[in-house]
Amino acid sequence: MVPYLLRRLVWAVPTLFLLLTLTFFFLRMAPGGPYDGERALTPEIRANIMKKYGLDQPVYVQFGRWLVKVGQGDLDESSQYLGRSVTSIVADSLPTSMLLGFWSLVLAVAIGIPLGCLAAHARFTGRHTWLDFGAMFIAISGVSLPSYLVASVLVLVFSLQLGWLPPALWEGPSSMILPVLTLGSRPLAIIARLTRASMLESLNSDYIRTAYAKGLSDQMVVFKHALKNSLIPVITVVGPIATNLVTGSFLVEMVFQIPGMGKHFVTAVINRDYNLVMGVTLIYGVLLTISHLLTDVFYAWADPRIRLH
Amino acid sequence: MKRVAAIGLIFLILISLMAVFAPLITRYSYDEQNISEKLQGPSTTHWMGTDTLGRDLYSRIVYGARMSLSVGVVTALFALVLGTLTGALAGFFGGWADRLLMSVVDLFYIFPSLLMAILLMILFGRGFLGIFLALGLFAWVTQARLVRGQVLQAREMAYVESARALGVGSMAIIFKHILPNLWGPIIVSLTFQVPSNIMAESFLSFIGLGLQPPYSSWGTLASEGFRAMQSFPHLIIFPGGILFLTMLAFNYVGDGLRDQLTEPGSHSSTRDSSEG
Repeated sequence: MVPYLLRRLVWAVPTLFLLLTLTFFFLRMAPGGPYDGERALTPEIRANIMKKYGLDQPVYVQFGRWLVKVGQGDLDESSQYLGRSVTSIVADSLPTSMLLGFWSLVLAVAIGIPLGCLAAHARFTGRHTWLDFGAMFIAISGVSLPSYLVASVLVLVFSLQLGWLPPALWEGPSSMILPVLTLGSRPLAIIARLTRASMLESLNSDYIRTAYAKGLSDQMVVFKHALKNSLIPVITVVGPIATNLVTGSFLVEMVFQIPGMGKHFVTAVINRDYNLVMGVTLIYGVLLTISHLLTDVFYAWADPRIRLH
Repeated sequence: MKRVAAIGLIFLILISLMAVFAPLITRYSYDEQNISEKLQGPSTTHWMGTDTLGRDLYSRIVYGARMSLSVGVVTALFALVLGTLTGALAGFFGGWADRLLMSVVDLFYIFPSLLMAILLMILFGRGFLGIFLALGLFAWVTQARLVRGQVLQAREMAYVESARALGVGSMAIIFKHILPNLWGPIIVSLTFQVPSNIMAESFLSFIGLGLQPPYSSWGTLASEGFRAMQSFPHLIIFPGGILFLTMLAFNYVGDGLRDQLTEPGSHSSTRDSSEG
């Protein structure tokens, strides 16, 4: 497995490089620049600014310079937040996004797995089939609901009507509840569906029949025997889901005005804050690479029949 | 489950008809402004109320269906053609062709697709073509992986062996024998691909990178509605709600088709390119 991982790591470098190159060139090719604000600058001032930030150079020279700086651990300065380094912005926003993603994942696993088990059991025994239908309706709704609708309804009910929770911002635990519910609803649904499918497969296998034949109780069979084997496919999607939560939180961050990486990415792209976009892309790229690797490792560890080579 | 899938299918047909015959079933144009009637709630004259410029929300949603559905379908068809071709060639020939094609696919697969789409939107501009390219460039890889897997299995089947023994060429085997046999899984993946593109488009539009006014898709309507949500919740509930119902219908139809068309146990997990 170690040679496999090494090879993957070696492959990750060109992948990351390509991601950064594409992002860099796409950004510069897009119309507009970081200093094209509402106020038109006089040509001299404009030329001076371009010169100061090296934007008058050919794009490949700019890219080379950026790479050298990154090699020295410097992500350069942001253009929309004057005087702030990209490193400090990323250092501020990454923990926020990670925290948001982490709690959403916890929510998704803590509710999704039991919900899937319940549905599978109901289907398997043929009793309470409404439970199966209900759980699956929740699961399909979860993947069908656009997150801005979830957010809107939650804010309308819990903030504007009841006044229980803050409608936006990221200050203290109470402000985290609505964003986490919004972001977690989709992975919750995916996990519930997957658990149900995988659980049904287990419940229909021979060793479960044996367990029932031994006279074990229902709970014992479902939770001790079937669940253990059903969790492998579920665990393997947790990696991709976690990645999606981190790179996909931009909408939730925009809606709730949370100062996370996703929100920075979107506003930086719109304002052509070249350095900030590049910095955030670099962090995303590294996170993605790590998560893909971990998923593979976990896959091999959870199911010994899989050999990585 | 089957009954729900049938209801979903009927719903989708109705929504498509609504999009096609939009001018016939609306009393107002999607960009007809009437400031004196702005921000009204649902009534008999305006079934879903009016927006901040006094435009009829029902008409805008009906016309929005045109944009949302066509983005979803066109992108999915593009993904279908490109993905099927790549996957089939890679799976059938194997060897270096497979390795080359699949490393390209894996590359696209690893990239965060929605973030790249955001980037591509500013590059290609906020028009129909821009959205189509931004989403299509990443949507095809899922299809390629699926088809490759299926072709790898089909390659070893007896009917392929017989065709080869009869002297049928490789291309003819792929296009005349293998692909027609794979229409089940391909149709199923299409029914999941379309909604995921519609959702992705609505996200792009929601953050202000979608179509430009006065054109509307469900995402742009929701985006406009979100800003006025506090006082006029109908502006987000209606466009968001119709999108939700459409997604729901696609998912139920997709599940139903999967149960019908593919063998049990071959449930390939469709990738969720619509995170967020």
